[in-house]
Amino acid sequence: MPSPAYHAPDTIEQAVALLAGDAGARPLSGGTDLIVQMRSGRTAPSSLVDLKRIAGMKGIRASPDGGFAIGAATPCTALKDDKALSAAWPGVVEAANLIGSVQVRNRATMAGNLCNASPAADSVPALVAAGATCLVAGPSGTREVPVEEIPAAPGRTSLQPGEFVAEIRLPAQKGSDAYLRSIPRTEMDIAVVGAGVSLVVDANGTCTAARVSIGAVAPTVLLVEDAGAALVGSKFDDAALDRMAEAVRAACKPIADKRGTVEYRTAMAGVLAKRVVKIALERAGVSA
Amino acid sequence: MSKLLVSTTVNGDPQQFLCDPDTTLLDALREEMGLTGSKEGCGSGDCGACTVVLDGEMVCSCLVLAPEAEGRQIATIEGVAEGSQLHPVQRKFLEHGALQCGFCTPGFIMASKALLDRNPNPSESEVRYWLAGNLCRCTGYDKIVRAVMDAAAELRQDRRTAA
Ligand SMILES: Cc1cc2nc3c(=O)[nH]c(=O)nc-3n(C[C@H](O)[C@H](O)[C@H](O)COP(=O)(O)OP(=O)(O)OC[C@H]3O[C@@H](n4cnc5c(N)ncnc54)[C@H](O)[C@@H]3O)c2cc1C
Ligand code: FES
Ligand code: FES
Repeated sequence: MPSPAYHAPDTIEQAVALLAGDAGARPLSGGTDLIVQMRSGRTAPSSLVDLKRIAGMKGIRASPDGGFAIGAATPCTALKDDKALSAAWPGVVEAANLIGSVQVRNRATMAGNLCNASPAADSVPALVAAGATCLVAGPSGTREVPVEEIPAAPGRTSLQPGEFVAEIRLPAQKGSDAYLRSIPRTEMDIAVVGAGVSLVVDANGTCTAARVSIGAVAPTVLLVEDAGAALVGSKFDDAALDRMAEAVRAACKPIADKRGTVEYRTAMAGVLAKRVVKIALERAGVSA
Repeated sequence: MSKLLVSTTVNGDPQQFLCDPDTTLLDALREEMGLTGSKEGCGSGDCGACTVVLDGEMVCSCLVLAPEAEGRQIATIEGVAEGSQLHPVQRKFLEHGALQCGFCTPGFIMASKALLDRNPNPSESEVRYWLAGNLCRCTGYDKIVRAVMDAAAELRQDRRTAA
């Protein structure tokens, strides 16, 4: 097997040119998926475009509107070290820090987690629930895309030739968020089910906005709009939570494997969705 | 494809080596630089036997490409002892019998030292979570955790005496 070329460009434009100029080129962020896939022979890129030396690609910037722009090559541990980000979006930061071990999280990025397009990617449901977007750089400039539109199928994204994710953007936090996954072990395993939520609650305890997402129970991470709608207008009473969980179960199209059957994954998705709502409510200072 | 020349710093010393672009840092350390302390257990990020510190952060060197090390600082197990003076973490692993075959030990020492460098007073469960990326087939982990807790206590003591 010929060895791929390795490039470490300094600018977004150079990276786009390298990616657009070679159909077999792949972006390299932390490499925790890509290097494993290359070594196992599952993928054989003709060139690697390391994004980590591009200025601004590593780091977190607070946006003027109260949101955050996270450089695509920012490792998961750096998210945890950012106090403002952790306070605003604890669910997103926790989800990214469920990935692998400390060694893995010191390299792994949310953009890589997203663009690897695994249905079980842990940071993705939390980003989808948060309403995060990606700044995508490509041959015709940049465009902003909702996170849930990036994965197209297991292992496939909707990115066009020459495009890569330059930044992940989180909006200003108006409520609270949470993510949970279910795994057979306590650490270092792939999610059997994951669920994320982000909620806005008014002074009376009424839900004014809700986004619910699920992972590992369909070919891509899903935003379950019906589940969010079931909560809006409610005070999180049992009936509203049951309707929300029912919408989550209805959206599941899971596979069965050694980690869980279709029935188990579907039932568990509803259970986890209720649990994340309760955690997000506690974080919002509302007792459920 | 021609070889790349990589210039880096390993345990404080400048190092240059030639490699294929898809060589891992682990292979470069072991084969180009003769630093065979870091071990390959799995080659897939699961076992931690290849743990090194890259620009201050511990990583699996089997999941780093050697050309990525250009201009970077790398610390390996070979740089942990000062001459013949073992680091407290190394000494406590010996005193507690926290190794059997020893294959996982360099990775555990690198990870334990990285923890104690930033937190000299970890709880037992912090130690266990921190070391979750290091696998050992032999010891059952309890002796390793005790060695790390004891090394932490000694390092705190040293700091108090020094202050
Ligand atoms: C031991 C171990 C444990 C793991 N545990 C978990 C876990 O618990 N949960 C989990 O979700 N994942 C887990 N993973 C998988 C992996 O660590 C994550 O998916 C990680 O977030 C990938 O990020 P990365 O930066 O390393 O991606 P890379 O490996 O660099 O890239 C992944 C893919 O995305 C592409 N890519 C990377 N960056 C960009 C970009 N900016 N724009 C466009 N495409 C891009 C690459 O070309 C590649 O196809 C684990 C991996 C290992 C080795
Ligand atoms: S050899 Fe690198 S983690 Fe196992
Ligand atoms: S001592 Fe043998 S693997 Fe740990």
